[in-house]
Amino acid sequence: MKTNKRPIRPSDVIDHLILVLGALLMLFPVYLALTTTSHDNVLLSKEGLQFWFGDQMGQNFRAAMFDKGGFSEQIDGTAMLINSLILGVGFAVGKIALSMAAAYAIVYFRLRFATFAFWVIFTTILLPLEVRILPSYEVVTGLGMANTYSGLIVPLLASATGTFFFRQFFLSVPEELVEAARIDGAGPGKFFVDILVPLSRTMIAAIFIIMFVYGWNQYLWPTLITTDESLFTLVRGIKQITQSVFEGNQIPEYGQAWALAIIAMLPPVLIVIFFQSWFVKGLVESEK
Amino acid sequence: MATVSVTDISKTYPNGAQAVCPASFEIADGELIVLVGPSGCGKSTLLRMVAGLEDITTGDLRIGDRVVNNLDPAERDIAMVFQNYALYPHMTVAKNMAYGLKNRGASKDQIAAKVTEAAEMLSLTPLLDRRPSQLSGGQRQRVAMGRAIVRDPALFLFDEPLSNLDAKLRHQMRVEIRNLQRRLNVTAIYVTHDQVEAMTMADRIFVLNAGAIEQIGTPSEIYRKPASTFVASFMGAPPMNLLHAQADAGQVRMGDVALRMPCADGAVQLGIRPEEVSFSPMGEVPFKLTLVEELGASRLLHGKVAGQDFVVNAPNDDAPLADGLMLSFPAESLHLFDAQSGKRL
Repeated sequence: MKTNKRPIRPSDVIDHLILVLGALLMLFPVYLALTTTSHDNVLLSKEGLQFWFGDQMGQNFRAAMFDKGGFSEQIDGTAMLINSLILGVGFAVGKIALSMAAAYAIVYFRLRFATFAFWVIFTTILLPLEVRILPSYEVVTGLGMANTYSGLIVPLLASATGTFFFRQFFLSVPEELVEAARIDGAGPGKFFVDILVPLSRTMIAAIFIIMFVYGWNQYLWPTLITTDESLFTLVRGIKQITQSVFEGNQIPEYGQAWALAIIAMLPPVLIVIFFQSWFVKGLVESEK
Repeated sequence: MATVSVTDISKTYPNGAQAVCPASFEIADGELIVLVGPSGCGKSTLLRMVAGLEDITTGDLRIGDRVVNNLDPAERDIAMVFQNYALYPHMTVAKNMAYGLKNRGASKDQIAAKVTEAAEMLSLTPLLDRRPSQLSGGQRQRVAMGRAIVRDPALFLFDEPLSNLDAKLRHQMRVEIRNLQRRLNVTAIYVTHDQVEAMTMADRIFVLNAGAIEQIGTPSEIYRKPASTFVASFMGAPPMNLLHAQADAGQVRMGDVALRMPCADGAVQLGIRPEEVSFSPMGEVPFKLTLVEELGASRLLHGKVAGQDFVVNAPNDDAPLADGLMLSFPAESLHLFDAQSGKRL
């Protein structure tokens, strides 16, 4: 076969130029965060952002991760990272479990008003946390769940979007599969665990990505419901450190704040990279 | 292995639609029954009622000596092969076959032995670690069969299992299914809309129309003695010719053609199969040719007899096709049906 090399057209060059510029634009702040982290606080408060690497990177990361900070000097970066992971994973796993169960009930069981129930669930999309934040706070504190991990996670779990996605997916699973499983002696529980969950793997991966990042980036709700610093998440922690800019009379710990920002960015990135391979695999070997 | 005994079984949907009219029949041990009929005739519903996937509105269903009306599909000791195979896409071939056994609490050794045996029988052994998505249609069909076989069920149910295969494969699988069923000597109910499948595979055929069983009989009974015009025109390709006629004083008249036949006076339909008429200079029925379809071994001649559509399946002997052809209707190939009810007279 003859290899036909397509001549490079001017429009190709422009297309790539735009893409490269776009990529640079997105990456530049990350680069800036990295370079700035590698200088000490004195230099940073004197000269601001740094465009080249200094020699304080290790020192700043160490301080960010292991030095106790905050008002009460009782939480370090590692603990905040763990809190964030608990929130992110708990949030994503909880949401997936709950919305799968709801979708399973709606699609596979002959419930009265199942369609109605689904639309009621669906309309809750119109009521995000921000809208119902006062009643939610009232209920959660009333239940004594303030300053607990469950108080942090549970009120955010109900997910109309997740239920909707799983419902659509379950509806596309062929009816015969259910019948074959019934003949094979799989009851509702077994069918769910043995057939439906494995079939939903790619859906679960996709929703996990979205929900983990969403949970990880939660700011408003954790700020309201946790006052105990040992429950602080990374996203809050960054703020806590930079707060001393305005309140403290010492030199603000800019280096640490930048280091925390980078640490806060990493897990979502890793999650996306890790699950993406799954995601693509699922799309390529279409199994249905 | 078991007999199936059905008494006045019927199915009415909540909206009042009657999918299956009350029917009673017996299926002998090891028999292969084919339910055949056009789409929407209730054949799949009847099968699914036997499987337990549809509720039975009235009547009794016995498999062996148990009434199974209210048993779950899993407890009925049946296995079913679906039209689109319904293999579990995330499981390997081996796991697909093992799943039913696993749910029934069979031991690992038992499962392995059964799966190996079935795989050998169906020449699936090299494919045991593949996923259904990596198999061809025929192979998937075999896995679906394997999943049924490993369970040693009392009754096999097939729901149009070959309709997703191409013609050649369909023919091959038809023979294979028949052989397997004979070898295992399992009672089987097979649903199809393809009358060739029905004729070639069945011990007995049930012809269904609009929810009711029109006729039960062996393939040759169904072919030789169709109980109604519906059966006559549904079974056989090309379908039987049906001519509107008038019976009168021992004669059956169509326009200016009259055949001598003992029959009560009144309107009738005269049936004759396209392959059972022949051209003969001595023939008594004039045939007006309009179209010729070459089939290779034979040819289909479309035309008119007494102004009504008529098809002749004639051997392809290069005989000149001229006008003024005369047909002879052998007396033993003529069928008479009531003009109103379509029932055989």
